[in-house]
Amino acid sequence: MNRIPAAIVGPGNIGTDLMYKLLRSDLIEPRYMVGVDPDSAGLKLAREAGLEASSEGVDWLLDRPELPGIVFEATSAYVHVRNAPRYKKAGIYAVDLTPAARGPYVVPPVNLFEHVGAGEMNVNMVTCGGQATIPIVYAVSRVHPVEYAEIVATVSSASAGPGTRNNIDEFTRTTAKAVEVLGGATRGKAIIILNPADPPLMMRDTIFCSLPADADHDKVAQSILDMVAEVQTYVPGYHLRGEPQFDTLDDGTARVATFIEVQGAGDFLPPYAGNLDIMTAAATKVGNEIARRLLAIPDSKEA
Amino acid sequence: MPYSPELDIRITDTSLRDGSHAKGHQFTEADVRAVVGALDAAGMPVIEVTHGDGLGGSSFNYGFSRTDERLLIKAAVETAQQAKIAALMLPGLGTKDDIKGAADLGLSIIRIATHCTEADISIQHFGVARELGLETVGFLMMGHSQPPEVLAAQARIMADAGCQCVYVVDSAGAMILEDVTLRVQALVAELGDDAQVGFHAHENLGLSVANSVLAVRAGAVQIDGSTRAFGAGAGNTPLEVFAAVAERQGIATGLNVLQLVDVAEDIVRPIMDGECVKDRLAIIMGYAGVYSSYLKHAYRAAERYGVSGAEILLECGRQGLVGGQEDQIIQIAAALAKRSAA
Repeated sequence: MNRIPAAIVGPGNIGTDLMYKLLRSDLIEPRYMVGVDPDSAGLKLAREAGLEASSEGVDWLLDRPELPGIVFEATSAYVHVRNAPRYKKAGIYAVDLTPAARGPYVVPPVNLFEHVGAGEMNVNMVTCGGQATIPIVYAVSRVHPVEYAEIVATVSSASAGPGTRNNIDEFTRTTAKAVEVLGGATRGKAIIILNPADPPLMMRDTIFCSLPADADHDKVAQSILDMVAEVQTYVPGYHLRGEPQFDTLDDGTARVATFIEVQGAGDFLPPYAGNLDIMTAAATKVGNEIARRLLAIPDSKEA
Repeated sequence: MPYSPELDIRITDTSLRDGSHAKGHQFTEADVRAVVGALDAAGMPVIEVTHGDGLGGSSFNYGFSRTDERLLIKAAVETAQQAKIAALMLPGLGTKDDIKGAADLGLSIIRIATHCTEADISIQHFGVARELGLETVGFLMMGHSQPPEVLAAQARIMADAGCQCVYVVDSAGAMILEDVTLRVQALVAELGDDAQVGFHAHENLGLSVANSVLAVRAGAVQIDGSTRAFGAGAGNTPLEVFAAVAERQGIATGLNVLQLVDVAEDIVRPIMDGECVKDRLAIIMGYAGVYSSYLKHAYRAAERYGVSGAEILLECGRQGLVGGQEDQIIQIAAALAKRSAA
């Protein structure tokens, strides 16, 4: 079968992990890896994997005789802001793994088909915490209105790169906004914690959602279980740590707390880096769906 | 390096911030006005007012504030005659916007806290704080968990980012005497004239006053505490006690001991739900190296799930939880309950 050629811009941890996932795709052929540092380990690994790799940036990429159909941006927000119009002008679909958010947020089980296939040329993957928690907020809000949702993402220090560390406010702001826009909560809040335990701990996420006093607990719990199963179709290491916990606080507020752990697939990054794995897995899922459209084959919703 | 020509050290009272944990974040503006007014009159140079977990802390995870902390900070600023008002913030929970918002209320000092290996997440926040003209303090939390040289390297990151005083923070109340001396000495040696060094204690193992004296001897020039020890875990260094000890040791703090003992008894104690005491869970926090603000959460989870609070805290210690992971207490308690039912 034909595959859509793709480029990865940003040969860091995320870009390299993404490359190994895309190499397994039936729909995408990762062809180009683009960086700015000739000594980048990611460029070397890309060459070893058979990709064309260059440290000459996006200028080099846009000079190729055959342009990619899809570009995955794994650089940083400000770089993507510069690159996004250039991809668009060249007619290349962009899957943005930075917090730049030039295009709409996509969390696959929530709104994959709303933008992908609707002509959207640039979609944004929110944050690692968003990918891990927004499906659960959505699972609750499709049963009962969620007035307030709060997520706590704990990641191992070893898996938090300079992008996250230099811009931690961007994580909390972007994730909180997407908890509202995609999760369906009226108000959202996001908290991120870095834990240096050694050996590093897996990514853990706790999702608190407010509930009406008369909420149907069984129905909410079932919706959460269904959602976890759906995320597992593309992130096998995504799982519940125990059952969702329902509580009524002293002030009368009812809530459900869901505890998630994300074990990475270990493609390039170690299994504890579930936070990075869920980003690259979700981006792969989105990329495959874009490729289906480009190849004019039915999307996975219809298949 | 003495703190100023008049004072050897500068004291910060945290009863309206660390005490927020013990009070379940239920402070009112009237509480703040009463405490700030009394401490200000007793010569307290700095008074910290925020949700226990800092700006933006009001949440499911840490507990919702009864009164918006901005109203509490505003009340403090309006009441203080000579004292500077400080607020705490934790990157990853609060944001630069929260710092700006607090600065607009008349805040003088921002205290930016990270786990003691993660100082680099605070760099932007120190930058913004200095641009806003705020005095800056850095908190290296859970300082017992890392050796002195690691703390010193992390302190250097904060100082280079614009932090004017880096604190060794014994969040778990787990440091024992020389543990404090060695850590404070390491920071003083690293920072030299670039930044001051401070120390924040908890009373979980009964050493907060002694540890604070050792911190001063090792070169710390800013010391935290809470009047009547009003703080998380077994509370903080009781400042009325520390003020008395400091005076007898010839350490100038500017505090009026006789006034402060009255403030502790007549103003602060009536606001507290109960005394901060070294009960079994508080002692275990110091013993197992667990973040002091987990105390109330552990009590609640133990009751809700019918499991041992001590078991919960020991498991928190085993898992190496850091400050802010209160959510994991629920999960641990639920898992313990399931195990004992099986």
